Amino acid sequence: MANIPADLKYAASHEWVKEEDGLTVIGLTDFAQDALGDLVFVNLPEEGDEVTAGESFADVESVKAVSDVFSPVSGTVAAINEELLDAPESINEDPYGAWFIKVEGVTETEDLLDAAAYEAACAAEAE
Amino acid sequence: MQLLFERSKPGRRLSLIAECDVPAVDFGDATRAQAPRLPQISEVDLGRHYTELAKQTHGVNDGFYPLGSCTMKYNPRINEELSQLPGFTGIHPLQPAESAQGCLEVIARTGEMLAEITGMDEMTLQPAAGAHGEFTGLQLIRAYHLDRGDAKRTKIIVPDSAHGTNPASAVMVGFDVVAVPSNAQGGVDLEALKAAVGEDTAGLMLTNPNTLGLFDPNILEITRIIHEAGGLCYYDGANLNAVMGHARPGDMGFDCVHVNLHKTFSTPHGGGGPGSGPVGCKDFLAKFLPGPLVKKGEEGYEFFTPEASMGRVRSFYGNFLVVVRALAYILTLGKEGIPEASANAVLNANYLLHRLCDEFSIPYGDSCMHEFVIDVEPLKHETGASAMDVAKRMLDFGVHPPTMYFPLIVHEALMVEPTETESPETLDAFVEILRSIYDEAQTDGELLHQAPFTRFIGRPDEVTAARKPLLRYQFDGE
Repeated sequence: MANIPADLKYAASHEWVKEEDGLTVIGLTDFAQDALGDLVFVNLPEEGDEVTAGESFADVESVKAVSDVFSPVSGTVAAINEELLDAPESINEDPYGAWFIKVEGVTETEDLLDAAAYEAACAAEAE
Repeated sequence: MQLLFERSKPGRRLSLIAECDVPAVDFGDATRAQAPRLPQISEVDLGRHYTELAKQTHGVNDGFYPLGSCTMKYNPRINEELSQLPGFTGIHPLQPAESAQGCLEVIARTGEMLAEITGMDEMTLQPAAGAHGEFTGLQLIRAYHLDRGDAKRTKIIVPDSAHGTNPASAVMVGFDVVAVPSNAQGGVDLEALKAAVGEDTAGLMLTNPNTLGLFDPNILEITRIIHEAGGLCYYDGANLNAVMGHARPGDMGFDCVHVNLHKTFSTPHGGGGPGSGPVGCKDFLAKFLPGPLVKKGEEGYEFFTPEASMGRVRSFYGNFLVVVRALAYILTLGKEGIPEASANAVLNANYLLHRLCDEFSIPYGDSCMHEFVIDVEPLKHETGASAMDVAKRMLDFGVHPPTMYFPLIVHEALMVEPTETESPETLDAFVEILRSIYDEAQTDGELLHQAPFTRFIGRPDEVTAARKPLLRYQFDGE
C-alpha cells in the first residue's frame, strides 16, 4: 500500500501539499509515482511564474507516458527544485522529499484531502 | 552482435570504384581536415550485418501484428510492383510537367479519390506522415481565423483519449491545448465540451472512431458545438480504416482531415516507411493549402499554387512513390472493395473482442469498430502480470504485441487492431496464445516478468535508455 504521511494534505489528482516557512510546498505522492513507474524527465515552471489552482504547472515523463502535474493552489512560484531536472528518479525513491515547487502569495486553494480521505480515494482508484 | 564500428578494420573496403578519369578539384578550405570516422568493412560483412538485424525484427510478413492504432495490414505486392515502374522511378522532380503527365495524373487522381472517401473538396499529398498532416491541417485552421482578422482564437480542444500527436501538433503550430474528458461510454463528454468552447476556440481535433475503437454516436452534436462557437473541426484519420466507404468525415461535420496512407491505404509502415499523410479540406479552406497542387488544364495536367497558400510543408510533391502504392491499392479494391475492407476490419476486431472477453477485461463497450482495448489491471491485481508482461510474452509466440499503455485513460491498456487482412485461423491462434498466457499468469504471474524467453533481446533497459541516452557510437569512450 502506498505511503501516505498523516501530516500532509492531498489533492485528488495525486499531489501532496504542505506549509513551510510561509510557503506552500507541492510534490507528487507515492501512489502517483508508483502508478507512473520509473520517471525519466521532469519539466518544471520557472521562478516567478504564476500557477493556477486545478491547472497543470509541470509534467513528468515515464517510459509509459507523459503526465501533467496539477497545482492545488493559485500563486507565484517562489522556488523550484532544480535537482529533479537531473535526477527525476528521486521522485520514485523519495516522493515526499522530492518537492517540485514552493509557492508564495497564495490567493486560492483547492479543497484538499487529509491522509485518511486520500487513502480512501487511492483505494477506490485501485479497484 | 557486433556493431559495424566494431567490425571495422582499417583499409577494408566495399566494391572497387574505377580510377577517377576527370581532373580532381581542390576544394581548398572546404576540405575536411580529418576523414570521417566511417566503418571500414567488406561488402559481405556488411550484408551479413543487416541480414542479422533483419532476423531480429518482426514485420507483417513474419507474423500477426495487431498493433492498435497503427493498422498494420498486409501490403499487397502489386503496390510494390507498380511503384517500381520506370516511368515513376526514373523521373526528376524538376522536369517539366508536360514530360511527367502520368505522374501528375497519379497525384490528381489519388487526391480526387481520397477527397471522395473523406468527403472533402481538395487534397494536398505533401505531408510526409500523420503528425505532419496534423500540423498542416492546424495551419489551415490558423490561416482561416487570421484571414478573417480573428487573432484571439488560440485554443485547440482535444479529448483525453486522443493520440499524443494531437496536442503535440497543436503546440507546434502555436496553439494552447484544452483537454476534454471522456464520458462513461468512452466518447466525448458533451457538457464538458460545451463548457470548454468559447471565443478563444480555434478548433477541435478528433479521431472517430476514437482510440478505444468506439464510434462517437454524438459526432454531429460535437461538430455542431464547435461550429456554433466559431471553431473548425479537424479529423485525425488514423482510424479511417474502420469507416472508409461507409461514413465520411466531411459528412460528420469535419472541415479538414488527414489520412495515413501507411495505415489505411496499405503502404509500408514502420522502419521509416516512408509515410504519407495527405490533408483534405472543404472548399472554403482550399485557398490556404500548401502548393503546388495538380489540376487538369486545357493542355493536360498542370501544377498550381492556391492564392493564399501557407507555402510548402515539404519539398516537391511529398513521398510520391508512396502515393503510387496507395493509388494501386484503391484501384485494386475499387468502390466495392474499399467498404468491404473496412467491414472485415471491424468484423475481425469484434470476433477477437468476443472470444477474449471471458478471460480479459474490456472496459468500454460490448462491441467495437476496428480495434478494442483490453485492460490488464484485473489480471495484474490478481497475479502480478502487467500489460507489459503479457505483451512481452507474446513475442515468444511470434506475435507482435498490441499497442501498450495507450490510450492513457486505461492504465494497463493493450490496444488490439487485427485489420482485415488476417484469416480466421490467425485470429483463433492469437486467442489461444492469449488464453495460454492468461493461464500462465494464474499459475506463476511473477515468472512473466522475465518474458520473453526465446528472443535475442529480452527486456531492453528503457529507463536508462531514456535517462542517459547514447545516441552515437562511442569511439574509445569519447
